Amino acid sequence: MKHLLSIDDLSVDEITTIFETAAEMHDVQHREVKKLPALRGRTVINMFFEDSTRTRSSFEIAGKWLSADVINISAKGSSASKGESLRDTVLTVCAMGVDGLVIRHPASGAARQVSQWVDAIVVNAGDGMHEHPTQALLDAYTLQRRLGSLEGRRVAIVGDLTHSRVFRSNLQCLTKLGADVTVVAPPTLMPSGIEPWSRAAGFATSYDLDEVLPKADAVMMLRVQRERMAGGYFPSAREYTVGYGLTKERLAQLQPDAPICHPGPMNRGLEIAADAADAAQSAVLDQVSAGVAVRMSVLYHLLAGEETAS
Amino acid sequence: MTVVIRGASLLGETTADLTVEDGVIRDVGTADLGGATQVIDADGLIALPGLVDLHTHLREPGREDAETILSGSMAAAVGGYTAVLAMANTSPVTDTAENAERVHDLGRRAGLVDVHPVGAVTRDLGGQELAELGLMARSRARVRVFSDDGRCVDDARVMRRALEYVRTFGGVISQHAQDPHLAGPTACCHEGELSGRLGLPGWPGIAEEVVVARDVMLARHTGSRLHVAHVSTAGSIEVLRWAKAQGIAVTAEVTPHHLLLTTDLLSGYDPTFKVNPPLRPAEDVEALRAALADGTIDAVATDHAPHARHDKEHAFVDAAFGMLGLETALSVVSTVMVREGRMGWSDVARTMSTTPSRIAGLEDQGQALSVGSPANLTLVDPTAEVTVDRADSVSLSRNNPWHGRRLTGSVHATLLRGVPTVLEGKLA
Amino acid sequence: MPAAQADPARPDPTPDEGRTVLDARDVSRALTRIAHEILERNKGADDLLLLGVHTRGVPLARRIAERIHSVEGHRVGVGSLDVTMYRDDLRSHPTRGPQRTDIPATGIDGKVVVLVDDVLFSGRTVRAALDAVSDLGRPAAVRLAVLVDRGHRELPIRADHVGKNLPSARTERVGVLLEEIDGYDEVRISGVGGPA
Repeated sequence: MKHLLSIDDLSVDEITTIFETAAEMHDVQHREVKKLPALRGRTVINMFFEDSTRTRSSFEIAGKWLSADVINISAKGSSASKGESLRDTVLTVCAMGVDGLVIRHPASGAARQVSQWVDAIVVNAGDGMHEHPTQALLDAYTLQRRLGSLEGRRVAIVGDLTHSRVFRSNLQCLTKLGADVTVVAPPTLMPSGIEPWSRAAGFATSYDLDEVLPKADAVMMLRVQRERMAGGYFPSAREYTVGYGLTKERLAQLQPDAPICHPGPMNRGLEIAADAADAAQSAVLDQVSAGVAVRMSVLYHLLAGEETAS
Repeated sequence: MTVVIRGASLLGETTADLTVEDGVIRDVGTADLGGATQVIDADGLIALPGLVDLHTHLREPGREDAETILSGSMAAAVGGYTAVLAMANTSPVTDTAENAERVHDLGRRAGLVDVHPVGAVTRDLGGQELAELGLMARSRARVRVFSDDGRCVDDARVMRRALEYVRTFGGVISQHAQDPHLAGPTACCHEGELSGRLGLPGWPGIAEEVVVARDVMLARHTGSRLHVAHVSTAGSIEVLRWAKAQGIAVTAEVTPHHLLLTTDLLSGYDPTFKVNPPLRPAEDVEALRAALADGTIDAVATDHAPHARHDKEHAFVDAAFGMLGLETALSVVSTVMVREGRMGWSDVARTMSTTPSRIAGLEDQGQALSVGSPANLTLVDPTAEVTVDRADSVSLSRNNPWHGRRLTGSVHATLLRGVPTVLEGKLA
Repeated sequence: MPAAQADPARPDPTPDEGRTVLDARDVSRALTRIAHEILERNKGADDLLLLGVHTRGVPLARRIAERIHSVEGHRVGVGSLDVTMYRDDLRSHPTRGPQRTDIPATGIDGKVVVLVDDVLFSGRTVRAALDAVSDLGRPAAVRLAVLVDRGHRELPIRADHVGKNLPSARTERVGVLLEEIDGYDEVRISGVGGPA
C-alpha cells in the first residue's frame, strides 16, 4: 500500500493490521506523554479544499502524536475558478518537501488523481461523494471493539446514500470484514445503479427502516443535508424524519446493545433524535476517539517504513 | 498540375486510376502517366470522397492555446477530411455574420480543408434570443448549420422558432440533446452503476432521449430539418427509428468515441475520458453501431474537442469536456465497422462524406468518384495497423482518448481540390 | 503494508546450522543467576518491575520473575515493551506493526525498571527502550538484563546483568530460541553465509 485512496485498495489482512496498530495507538491516547517518535522528521500536510474541522483536527493530532511536522493548508474554493489547475496547486505544495499529503476535496476522485501527480504518499480524507476511507476504518474499528468480529453481523446504513462518501467507504469496509449490510434510503437518495451494484457486491437495499431496524446488530445513520430538499430529493425535514430518522420510537425497536454510529456532524432531530444520539448504545464519541488512533495507525504504516516501490 | 492516383480501389469496389487536373477528376480508368506532374501509388488503397466532419471544435477565436483554425485544419487533413464544420462555441461566439466570416476566412487562409462555420442558434448561446441566423446564412460564410452545441436548446419555444426560421434558407438545427433539468449542474458522466459507485454526478440517458423525442415532434410540426448531434443512447435510436419511419426530416450523427469507448473507462477518474455526451455502457455502444450500419444514424462526426493540458488537469468534475477525434476517426470507424464486417467502404463514404455533405448543404464535397467531380479525395490503407501515440498528433492539444490503442486502417493521403494536403500519412 | 517479518537484528536461526553455545540447562542456570543478581543489587524485590523487550525479552522477563518469586516468595511486576516506534532504523525496513506494550496498572513511576532482552549487540534496541520507558513515566532507576552479550556496541550502553558473554564476529549470527516461542531453549552462533 503506497497510498490510502479507497477501501478497495486494502486487503482484509491490511485492515486487520491497521486495527491492531490502532489498538496500540489507542493506549497512547491515555498516556501522560501522548507522543511517539515514529514519524520524527517527516512532514505531513493536511490539504483541505473543503472545510472539515473534525477530520482535519483528527489527522492533525494523529500526525503530531507520531512526532511528524503537521501543516494545515486550507485551499478552499475551487482551484479551477482561480485559474490554477489542481495539478499545479498540489505540485506547488509538494515542491516544499512533503512526505505525506492528507487531502480533502469536494470532487470525487481528486485524491486518486493527485496521487498520480505527486511523489508524496496520499491519504484520502474525503473526496466528494466517493470515499472517506479513514472514516470507514474507524467506524469498523469501533464496531469491532463493541461487537467483536463483524463476520455475519447485520449492519444497517441509513440516510442520504447518493451523496455520501462515508456510505461508499463503509459499505466496502464492512462487507470485506464479513458483515451483512443493508442500506436504507428513500428511492431518491439511493445511488444510481444500486440494484446491479447490490447484486454484484452482496448487500441488501430497503426503503423500510422499521423492517430493517429490529434485526440490526448495528446502525449507521448518515447526515442528511437540508439543502437536498431544494434538489427535490424529499419533500420536507418532517417527512424525512418520519420515514428515515432514528427517532425515539425507533430507538425502542433497536436491540439494546446495538451500537449507533454517526460520522457527524449530526442533525439532531432530523436523521437522529437526541435520545438516540445520547443513548448508552450510541458509539458517536467512541468513533471520534477511535478516529485519532486509526489515523495514527494509517500514517504510521504509510510513512514510518522505508519507501516502497509503488 | 496533373495528379494521377494509380490503382486505387474506388470505395473498395472497382480498381481504377484517377486523373486529377485543375481540382477536378478528369478521368477514371487507365491513366496516361506521361502527362502527370505527380503520381500517387494507390495499390491496395481505398479511394473515398474527401471526408466531411459535421462537428468540430477549432477553438479559434478565443482559445488559440488549445487549437487554432490552422492546427485544427492540419489535424483534419491528416484525418482524411476535406471539409469541417466548426462549432459556434468560441469566444466570441459565432452568432453574427461577421464572426462567421472571420472563421470562414481564416479557414480559407489555412487552405487545408474547407472550414464552414456553424452558427449559434441563440445569441451568445444563451438559449433565449435567436442569433442572426439569416444574416449568417447570407454572409460570405453561407452558414447552413446552426447549433448551440455544448448546450442544449432547452426552451421548446425557442427550438420551435429556430426550426421554423431556418427553413427559408434550407438551414438545419443541430441539437445537443440533453435536458439540463434532468441532471445537476456538475453532471460529468453517464448516470449508472459506475457513477453510483464512483460518486460522480451523472446524466441519465433519458436526459438525451426526452429532448430527441420532443425535437422530432417539433420537426414534424414545423416541417423543418432537425439534426441530432452526437447521439449516444439506445433510447434515442428508438425514437429516431420511429421518426424516420414517419417521414420526419431528422438526421443524426454518432461520434467515433461513442462507437468504441465505454463508461467503464472512467473508473480511474481520468479526465481524458470526460466528454459530453458522456461515454455510455456497452449496450448503448452496440445499439449505436447497429444504427449506423442500418442507416438510422446518418453520419459519423468527430466532436473533435481539443483542450489545453491545464484545463484537463483538474478534479474530474471540474475538468473540461471533450476529446480529440479528427485524426483517428477514420481508423476507429474502419476498426469498429469495416473490419468487423458491419459496413463496407461505400458505407464509410456515405456516412463520413456524402451524407454529412448533404446535411450541411455543401456543394463541392461528398461527390461521387466520377469524371467532373471536385477532386476532394481520401486514400485509405485498409490493413494498416496503427498504435495511436498522442505525441504524434498535429493538434495543439493532447487530450487523446485513443492513446496507446491499436486500430486497423489509416489515412494515407488527402487531396483538397486536386492538391495533396497529406501524403503517406503526413502533411504534404 | 507490513508483512509479518522477522527482525533482521534477531533472526530466527536455522537449527542445523552453526554450533550450540548454551543448551536448555545453561539457559536455565543463566536466568537463575540473573534473578539472584537482580535481587542482590536491588536488596530485595521491592519496587521491582521487569519489562521484557519484544519479542524474546518478554518470556525471559516472565521466567526471571518466576525465579524471583520462588526465591523471595514475592511477586514482582512484569510487563512488555515494544520499541518499534522508537527504533532509529524504522526508515530502512518495511513498516512493522508494533506489538503490545503492557505495563502493570501500578505504572512505572518510582519503580526500579529492569529491561530484559535476549541479546545485547549494538545497543540500539536498548537506546530505543530507554526512550520508550521515559515516555511512559519516570522510574527511580532503569537497569538492563540480557541473556547474551555478544559485544560490538555502537552506543555507550552496558548491561547490568549478563547471562553469558559471547565473543562473536560482527558478521556472525547469534540466535536465541525459547520454548515459549520456538519450542525449545537454545542459543546458537553461526557463521556468515546464512540468508541475509
